[in-house]
Amino acid sequence: MQQIDTDIVIVGAGGAGLRTAIAIAEGSPDLKVALISKVYPMRSHTCAAEGGAAGVIKSDDSLDLHFDDTVGGGDWLSDQDVVEYFVNEAPKELLQLDHWGCPWSRESDGSVAVRPFGGMKMKRTWYAADKSGFHILHTLFQTSLKYPGIERFDEFFSIDLLVSDGRCRGVVAMEMKSGQMYRFQAKAVILATGGAGRMFPFSTNGAIKTGDGTAMAYRAGVPTKDMEFVQYHPTGLLSTGILLTEGCRGEGGVLRNKDGHRYLQDYGMGPETPLGETVLKTMELGPRDRLSQAFWHEQQKGNTIPTRWGESVYLDMTHLGEKLINERLPLVRDLSITYAGVDPVSDPVPIRPVVHYMMGGIHTNIDAETTLSGLFAVGEAACASLNGANRLGSNSLTELLVFGKRAAANAVEYVKGAASAGEDAGIREQADKIEAKVRELIQRTGGTESIAGIRKEMADSLESGAGIYRTEETLRATCDTIRELRKRYRGIELHDKSNVFNTDLFQALELGNLLELAQTVAEGAIARKESRGSHQRLDYEARDDDNFLKHTLAFYQGDEPPRIDYHDVVITKSQPGVRDYSGDKK
Amino acid sequence: MSTTKLELEILRYDPEKDREPHFETYAVACQDDWMVLDAINHVKDHMDTTLSYRWSCHMAVCGSCGMMIDGQPKLACKAPVSDYAGQKVRVEPLANFPIERDLVVVMDDFMDKLKRVKPYIIRKDEKSIEEGEYKQSPAELKKYKQFTLCINCLCCYAACPQYALIPEFIGPAALTMAHRYNQDSRDQGLAERQDEVATPEGVWDCSFAGECSEVCPKHVDPAGALQQLKIATTVQWYKGLIGMGGK
Amino acid sequence: MAYVRPVSKTSWYLARRSYTVHMLQELTSIFVGIFALILLWGLSAVAAGPEAYQQFLESLTGPGMVLLLWVTTVVMFYHAVAWFSVTPKAMPIQRGEEFVPGSVIAGAHYVVWIVLSVLVLLLAGVF
Repeated sequence: MQQIDTDIVIVGAGGAGLRTAIAIAEGSPDLKVALISKVYPMRSHTCAAEGGAAGVIKSDDSLDLHFDDTVGGGDWLSDQDVVEYFVNEAPKELLQLDHWGCPWSRESDGSVAVRPFGGMKMKRTWYAADKSGFHILHTLFQTSLKYPGIERFDEFFSIDLLVSDGRCRGVVAMEMKSGQMYRFQAKAVILATGGAGRMFPFSTNGAIKTGDGTAMAYRAGVPTKDMEFVQYHPTGLLSTGILLTEGCRGEGGVLRNKDGHRYLQDYGMGPETPLGETVLKTMELGPRDRLSQAFWHEQQKGNTIPTRWGESVYLDMTHLGEKLINERLPLVRDLSITYAGVDPVSDPVPIRPVVHYMMGGIHTNIDAETTLSGLFAVGEAACASLNGANRLGSNSLTELLVFGKRAAANAVEYVKGAASAGEDAGIREQADKIEAKVRELIQRTGGTESIAGIRKEMADSLESGAGIYRTEETLRATCDTIRELRKRYRGIELHDKSNVFNTDLFQALELGNLLELAQTVAEGAIARKESRGSHQRLDYEARDDDNFLKHTLAFYQGDEPPRIDYHDVVITKSQPGVRDYSGDKK
Repeated sequence: MSTTKLELEILRYDPEKDREPHFETYAVACQDDWMVLDAINHVKDHMDTTLSYRWSCHMAVCGSCGMMIDGQPKLACKAPVSDYAGQKVRVEPLANFPIERDLVVVMDDFMDKLKRVKPYIIRKDEKSIEEGEYKQSPAELKKYKQFTLCINCLCCYAACPQYALIPEFIGPAALTMAHRYNQDSRDQGLAERQDEVATPEGVWDCSFAGECSEVCPKHVDPAGALQQLKIATTVQWYKGLIGMGGK
Repeated sequence: MAYVRPVSKTSWYLARRSYTVHMLQELTSIFVGIFALILLWGLSAVAAGPEAYQQFLESLTGPGMVLLLWVTTVVMFYHAVAWFSVTPKAMPIQRGEEFVPGSVIAGAHYVVWIVLSVLVLLLAGVF
């Protein structure tokens, strides 16, 4: 096995990983950074984010308002020290991106423009047309090319962490083009591998969103946190699940049921606002969990429009005008035409809620530290928790930047203070075992299961049992199915035995990660006997602050389901209150 | 649900087994709203799990799934199967790149060239964060905005006859990035990019065949960018002659 | 090892129709060169005196020469039209947030071409 010695390993080269790498390279150019990713950085799923990144910049806005919106949006499960830090740092990070060349959309006077976004009291979402994530990613990637201290390992598939003496020592990864295994030995490891939305059948997520880093940390004994909180984005295209940004609604797009009725007003988000005029934090600019839940109710009532890919409602942007759509939502128009055959300028677009984001992830504190010394996590892969039980749109792109920088600072401090790892034979043995595990999977014969088959069963089970609304029965069925699938996973045989870019192997490894994380979702959900944010139970409809104002921790127990435990939420300024998204607030 | 029948003739190559690439044919009953990528995914999931290719977003923004479909460089996620109904469709890796495995090409050359053109803001004087954003009017943004849309899918390199003949050519996408930054009002790095860009293997290997812009799935118009870059680098060269190079 | 697909240095332009068209367009520059040579020849004849110039004019009347001149003229027109149609890409003109339409830029080229041509023909006494 090849060995690479470095100071800090970052796994994942999306927005969070790149921001972290740049921060380390800028602040400590003497340190060596190994930036490992299973895809070229431009392919990271940050590129698909559309709407924008939130940060207080306009004079009529305030950090307190951003704080309140985020904490309330998260149904009081957010750690308020994290939120406080986040809202403070957000504007600086977004300005930094401007200095690095991000093509933010502008006001006529040349200052940065902001747009309204769901659950936000004031306009504070910076945007680059409707390709904000794409532009942020490319800005960060291109900027990262300036720093010789960042050594990239593109298309290296990370398998497992190396741990010894209670410290994270590095990671074992496979060079995808050769099958060669590498032992990356470092003083600190930062995981920035994104979420795991691919465990569901319909999501806005790309193929690569399989939670590899979260699963690695989980297997190494670090608990996951709040995995049962899965966000359904209200407006995804049918059949493909492709995202139509919240920005559509920010610009004035509305949701209609089969009768053309703007149904959100029936679910506490009214009164109906005039067409084309948005009122922040009500109607179509309510939070994502409420909007997705409203769809579910409409579906129960028979108000949705059947299509050959399932039930839908309409996202109507026909009143916005071609000029505005071409200027602010050009990608949305292109996507609707290409993938749904509908031009939003002239027709309403059929959409439905699709899985989009995982609020949960690797349990970290405000410093991006995990419970394993030397291991950090940032971005969607982590749960600090900024987003609590439901994320507000446009907070996550900013989260990558703010916590990327913080993780970098803390990792650097850790590395500078850490005693040298020294040569550790235990590490080599561990790495060899990891390699043996992979070789066994490749060489295994006599398998009866297919990757696609198990993947589909897992996904269907999660959608039916752990979807927008859950019950004890549906969750129990899902928990049982996942448990069974984890056993059947061992019956997979790879037909591709090649060492060269063996995607059969990568898909098998990804499926293994997804199955483990799926279990944390289902088991966390069944244990949480309340409804909060995006976790909604028909058998426990109320929020239960007495028993469940806390984070769910899930600890890996090998073949057994995870051990569930709880962790307090940091509450500072904002006591749990009512989430009121009606226009006529008391 | 109506189906579209497609016969995919896919290039296969495993350097551990094959001395040369060869083709394998797969008959797929596609849903008629599928893209070619969906058909390829179907092949991998249900017919032949050994097929290797890159893909991720399925919405033409990550740039992973560039391949030759019926001889044309395209994103597989943006090529409707209905365009090929009832036909035999040849699916090959992007032209002008070495084949790593099946539909996966070696991209190292592009990654190197992208880095060489210094695709980042270069400033002589930095503004501090406290001073706020660099003001940029909507007109100034419009000047370079189109060139920011490149997803690095490399379809342009697959189409470019010069890149096919002259491997040293820096190529459409990378040079477009240089131009994108040159045109950004916040950038002051044009002179610094000159050495890399105003060279034979830079803009001057471009013969304006225009194939790159023809195939670009994001309508970036790299051909236009390169011609503009030719003019800009020439002006800069003359400026250098009379001591106004501004290095 | 990675497999490199060979590209023929001699017949690559036959691989795609668009490549063949492109190379034919490139070949029109040969006729631009021919025209330039004829022009230079004529200029040197003018400089050499009225007899030399008369001889030059007569050489242009042979059937082979007439064919060459016709072909060259047609190809030059095609070359100019092709060139004008792509010029807007090389020199975008931005007015505020909008770009001047390509047709306007190309159109301006045609106008200048016609005006200059009429001027030259006037000076040559054609009208």
